[in-house]
Amino acid sequence: MILPVALWTDQLVFVLVATVTALFLYAKRRPHLRAPWRAIIERPMGAVTLLVLLVYVSIALLDSLHFRLPVKPVGDKPDRETHYSVEVLSVLDVMLGPIRTHDEKTYSAPFATRLFVQESMVDTEGRDRRVYPRLQYGGAHLDDESGRWADVAVRTGLGSLYAVLAWSALVLLLLLKMARRSGCGPGEICLDIKRGRLRPPWRSVLLTLLLIMMAIAILVELAPLYHVFGTDKVGQDVLFSAIKSIRTALLIGTLTTLIMLPFAIMMGIMAGYLRGFVDDLIQYLYTTLNSIPGVLLIASAILLLQVYIDGHPELFDTDAARADLRLLFLCMILGVTNWTGLCRLLRGEALKLSSLSYVEAAVAFGVRPARIMMRHLLPNVMHIVLISVVLDFSGLVLAEAVLSYVGVGVDPNMHSWGNMINSARLEMAREPMVWWSLSAAFVLMFVLVLAANLFSDVVRDIFDPRRGRG
Amino acid sequence: MLAYILRRTLYAIPILIGVNLITFVLFFVVNTPDDMARMHLGQKRVTSEAINQWKTEHGYDKPLLINRGASGLEVLTETVFFDKSIRLLVFDFGASDDGRSIGQDIRQRMWPSLAIAIPVFLIGLLVNITVALLIVFLQATYIDLLAVITLVVLMSISGLFYIIGGQFLFGKLLHLIPVSGYDGGLSAFRFVILPVIIGVISGIGSGGRWYRAIFLEEMGKDYVRTARAKGIGERLVLFRHVLRNAMIPILTGVVVVIPILFMGSLITESFFAIPGLGSYTIDAINAQDFAIVRSMVFLGSLLYVLGLLLTDLSYTFVDPRVRLS
Repeated sequence: MILPVALWTDQLVFVLVATVTALFLYAKRRPHLRAPWRAIIERPMGAVTLLVLLVYVSIALLDSLHFRLPVKPVGDKPDRETHYSVEVLSVLDVMLGPIRTHDEKTYSAPFATRLFVQESMVDTEGRDRRVYPRLQYGGAHLDDESGRWADVAVRTGLGSLYAVLAWSALVLLLLLKMARRSGCGPGEICLDIKRGRLRPPWRSVLLTLLLIMMAIAILVELAPLYHVFGTDKVGQDVLFSAIKSIRTALLIGTLTTLIMLPFAIMMGIMAGYLRGFVDDLIQYLYTTLNSIPGVLLIASAILLLQVYIDGHPELFDTDAARADLRLLFLCMILGVTNWTGLCRLLRGEALKLSSLSYVEAAVAFGVRPARIMMRHLLPNVMHIVLISVVLDFSGLVLAEAVLSYVGVGVDPNMHSWGNMINSARLEMAREPMVWWSLSAAFVLMFVLVLAANLFSDVVRDIFDPRRGRG
Repeated sequence: MLAYILRRTLYAIPILIGVNLITFVLFFVVNTPDDMARMHLGQKRVTSEAINQWKTEHGYDKPLLINRGASGLEVLTETVFFDKSIRLLVFDFGASDDGRSIGQDIRQRMWPSLAIAIPVFLIGLLVNITVALLIVFLQATYIDLLAVITLVVLMSISGLFYIIGGQFLFGKLLHLIPVSGYDGGLSAFRFVILPVIIGVISGIGSGGRWYRAIFLEEMGKDYVRTARAKGIGERLVLFRHVLRNAMIPILTGVVVVIPILFMGSLITESFFAIPGLGSYTIDAINAQDFAIVRSMVFLGSLLYVLGLLLTDLSYTFVDPRVRLS
């Protein structure tokens, strides 16, 4: 039996998923809440970026289901109590299977069959020679190394073929379903999709889906046999670290917001509606916090946490738990430095709303302040909350990289793009250069941040009442 | 007017005291001087004598907030809080863990920081506003769309990649300029130019978008419609009316960062090995030198508060409505 492990951040992820699901079900039954979301996916940009973000989210979710494997008892003695390995695995680790375990000795270039550095070896005649040794796993199935690019090309073609086949089947199913619903023939609908006439924009969505499926299928074909993005200093597959980093990035982008949101909303509305002493106090609080340079506040907090962790090793049974606490703490402290902006916006909006006649009417009816804030102010500032959550996300993902570079980000042993970039600094100075781990981090991070930025543009366009729905 | 300035200045005092309290709690209460000493001396086999000696050497051997053993005013002054936190208010930064005077270091290191931060700020401002004005001027053309997409793409690249890419391109590939380092006097130019270029380029994405949004919002207002209705050319509308009216939102964002420029950029300075305040801070973080980090936190907050003050003052110059009220 395996032992399921729910790290602190995992539990928060579950809370987040539950919240989002609940909000989704709530909004689904209410047309006025459903309409803006529908408008988002009816824009090609909104639908495509949402799809890309969903791929990232599902990877992160798979990586959040953790467990520990039992250790085989030593010798024949039947052990009554099963012991568990200290290594915490996730469902994603199991799915990535071969990439995770195919560790080489040290650096090797993408698709290489030999190590990147020379080693001395004794040849058959007993002489010492400096050679580039063959990799243990990368391209190990090849008898003739010179045929490796042909092999890569064949496998890429094969992967694309599978992807196209699967995609076509999917499109066919979709066509049949749509044809049955609308009463037109599948051919007609096919034509509509091709001309981009339908809402939601099926053409863009299906093309993006094809690209994603092809990328996945090609990686599935190639990754078990080659190191697609090479290997890093300790010989670990760079593609594996890059994929594992997705969870870290998404957690920092979302959990930070989740943690700070209740405070920001409560304080912002209270300051704007109650005014007077409360307003002064809250304004003082956020100006003070804001005036401390963010990086330095984070740095001091993380330094202090590190002292605490080093002083209490008995509290953490696995390395993963230790790294996890640091990640959670980082999210919290990022939340502390980030809530001020939203709080200020909400205060301004609440100030504006509380002078409107519907609020005055509520006051005249004798509705209590707490109820006015919950029932009449909160729903009317939610669009600001949503816009700022989506806008903050990409900034936080970028911030993680910078913080890890400064040395106050996530645990140095945790997979994160910041740590990859950090180590790339020395690798770039080598001659010849080791460029692949930087590139892998760049590609995955860029796609995520770009998708998030474009998505946030669409969200802002649609939810911000000041912008025309053009 | 004078009363307004005075009032705003007085507002700054409780904020600085608050910052001081927060840093004090962070550095001395959550994490006691004993912990600090133990960390600096290494985890294992630390005797209590060694800890006490370290604390005496670095001036942490007094009680934290109240010294019950002293008499008179010294109950409050002979404490770590007074020594380490209150003294910051009069710019007495004390000594770092390796015994150097922090105030001296800051005075020395501020010049390289400013040599990079000021050009980046000024050129960046000019470039961003120009780009944004151009995009707004070419509104609803294909160039507009293309430029907006380019800005999003530029914005989505982490600043670290700009630095690594720039160093690789200009330093390693073209051998135009040294990759990193610094030199005093006029020869500093060679070392400063690359960080400045990279700083400006990495800011175009978000900066250009920000100014574009401001200009677009102004463009939608009634006075623009009136100006157009009177037959004023688009160019004149943009430069004469929109640019001037956009000054207030621009100032809000710009003036507040001017004092912070002094702090230098952590990332740029450490990548280019420039001996400024940014790399000073990073080195202190890595060496876990709390005295320096504390001083920099205080300095940063002070400069931020100064920035807020300057923002308020700048409104009175740009917007007569503020001056009159």
